[in-house]
Amino acid sequence: MARKLLLEHINVPGIHTLDVYRQKGGYRAVEKALKTLTPDEVVEEVKKSGLRGRGGAGFPTGMKWSFLAKPEGVARYLVCNADESEPGTFKDRYLMTHIPHALIEGMIVASYALGAKTSYIYVRGEMMPQIRILERAIAEAKSAGFLGKNILGSGYDLELYVQPGGGAYICGEETALLESLEGKRGNPRIKPPFPAIAGLYGCPTVVNNVESIAAVVPIINDGGDEYMKIGIGRSTGTKLISASGNLVRPGVYEIELGLPVEEFIYSDEYCGGIANGKRLKATVAGGSSVPVLPANLTLKLANGEPRLMSYESLSEGGFATGTMMGSGGFIAFDEDQCMVRNTWNFARFYHHESCGQCSPCREGTGWMEKVLHRIEYGHGKMSDIDLLVDVAKKIEGNTICPLGDAAAWPVASAIRHFRDEFEWHVREPLKSLETNYGIAKYAEPIAKPEVTTEN
Amino acid sequence: MLKVEETQPVEFSSDLTAKFEEITSRYPEGKQKSALLPILHEVQAELGWLSPAAMDKVAAYLKIEPIEVYEVASFYSMYFLKPQGKFVLEVCRTGPCCLVGAEKLMDHIENSLGVKEGEVTPDGLFSWRGVECLAACGFGPVLQIGPEYTFYENLDAEKVDTLIAELRKK
Repeated sequence: MARKLLLEHINVPGIHTLDVYRQKGGYRAVEKALKTLTPDEVVEEVKKSGLRGRGGAGFPTGMKWSFLAKPEGVARYLVCNADESEPGTFKDRYLMTHIPHALIEGMIVASYALGAKTSYIYVRGEMMPQIRILERAIAEAKSAGFLGKNILGSGYDLELYVQPGGGAYICGEETALLESLEGKRGNPRIKPPFPAIAGLYGCPTVVNNVESIAAVVPIINDGGDEYMKIGIGRSTGTKLISASGNLVRPGVYEIELGLPVEEFIYSDEYCGGIANGKRLKATVAGGSSVPVLPANLTLKLANGEPRLMSYESLSEGGFATGTMMGSGGFIAFDEDQCMVRNTWNFARFYHHESCGQCSPCREGTGWMEKVLHRIEYGHGKMSDIDLLVDVAKKIEGNTICPLGDAAAWPVASAIRHFRDEFEWHVREPLKSLETNYGIAKYAEPIAKPEVTTEN
Repeated sequence: MLKVEETQPVEFSSDLTAKFEEITSRYPEGKQKSALLPILHEVQAELGWLSPAAMDKVAAYLKIEPIEVYEVASFYSMYFLKPQGKFVLEVCRTGPCCLVGAEKLMDHIENSLGVKEGEVTPDGLFSWRGVECLAACGFGPVLQIGPEYTFYENLDAEKVDTLIAELRKK
């Protein structure tokens, strides 16, 4: 069995309560950090662990912390990004529902390391049940002396609040999140200045994902060196993977980074294979924003070696034959799924969620949705396929925040790998309304990186 | 279009204003505007939607311009700018849920309730809409019902019929 650092006690009855959480070793990290370590020593442990941001970007958490400006007499803030909205990702919701104290403990340790006296957990508004769970847990922690004034007699004060969002995907982008927390529309800010210099209310701020903050707890308990031993290469530690789509057992799994993708999909310890005895056609490995891959490139690299669940292996081959770890939202498509329809669905999502600030994204996402809709519904032209590639290219890299890229990549990658399916939709408009293109050659072993199609 | 009677003044209960005060205390002095999103959720939970009159009152409470409230309320998809059914069924319509039958489920809800997306049933009880990813992709199809945002997972037509029948009795 793989080691579990975050979900080890997930099935213990009452683990959402402070008492049971403490019986299972909870709040040891707070005691250790506040009583025996200086804030800088906590930062140092996290740096040593090699922990990389679990929200999607994969930036080293310890390094992000060390960039925080510390001018005299200016408040600093830690804000937890719990605005989990990336299609395919549901690990943070799962963690907050079942083990809320893991996040709160992480928040206390991280706030101490950063010198924050007030911290916020920004939870997407739809998660009202989780907000109530967190607020109850915060009240418990406070009455046990883990929050408030002079925590555990250390002289350190911390207040922790939960802030609901309003239902906007864009607020998962850290500067949009800060705007939203200030009571404004979620329009991302131009960077620099980065939040580490001027974030919430213009003060130095660190924004971290739920899972990153929860991972600080085992890092402090066991030491950064121990954490670094788990995983592979620069992908250290464990990662929560949200598995969805046509799988026998979808759900949230904690894996040691470096697990072969094939084992993750097919072994009984994880997803148990493709549901209903079907075959795997394609996957999105890291949330809807990352490039979609056909089955063959999901399981193997272009050179035929097995692909692993790690930051490096998933992105091996660049965008030509690889994808990204992203947030760990793993979506599996069986042989009956239509890649055109799914691409249209994702394009509609990004069009709906574009904040409208940058023209290439505001207009381009709408165009992509429109063109994909007409291909899906039998009115497409052959030139539409290149038109989509062109629009995607003109959005990518031309916007303030990464939502533009996130909208462009799924479309560009779907056409890169499934062009024959798009062409079939255009050539056979009536047939494509009634039936699906099927698995075609997408699961066949790869002869060369570029598969040519003749159908 | 907003009708005149809907812009009649509203009264906030003392419970509600007590909540406003607690929420506003979470932020540093002078940063009370941060309370805007949570306060709008509370107002919507009590009144069912955000009328212009209600938004004006929130602006007055937070000492900000009304436009600062309107622009926020119109940006975020959770705020209703017109009256809804007593129960709003919000079904996830994004990719992973569609792989496991969300589109069929929405067709079924449309037929069961007899109203199109965004419309209210004649008895005022129900409305429904497709919403974007609700972060429960492994347990799809899913739907939520405000203002508590109770969550229903692994749905099919039968379960939704049972749910609608139960809500009717409430």
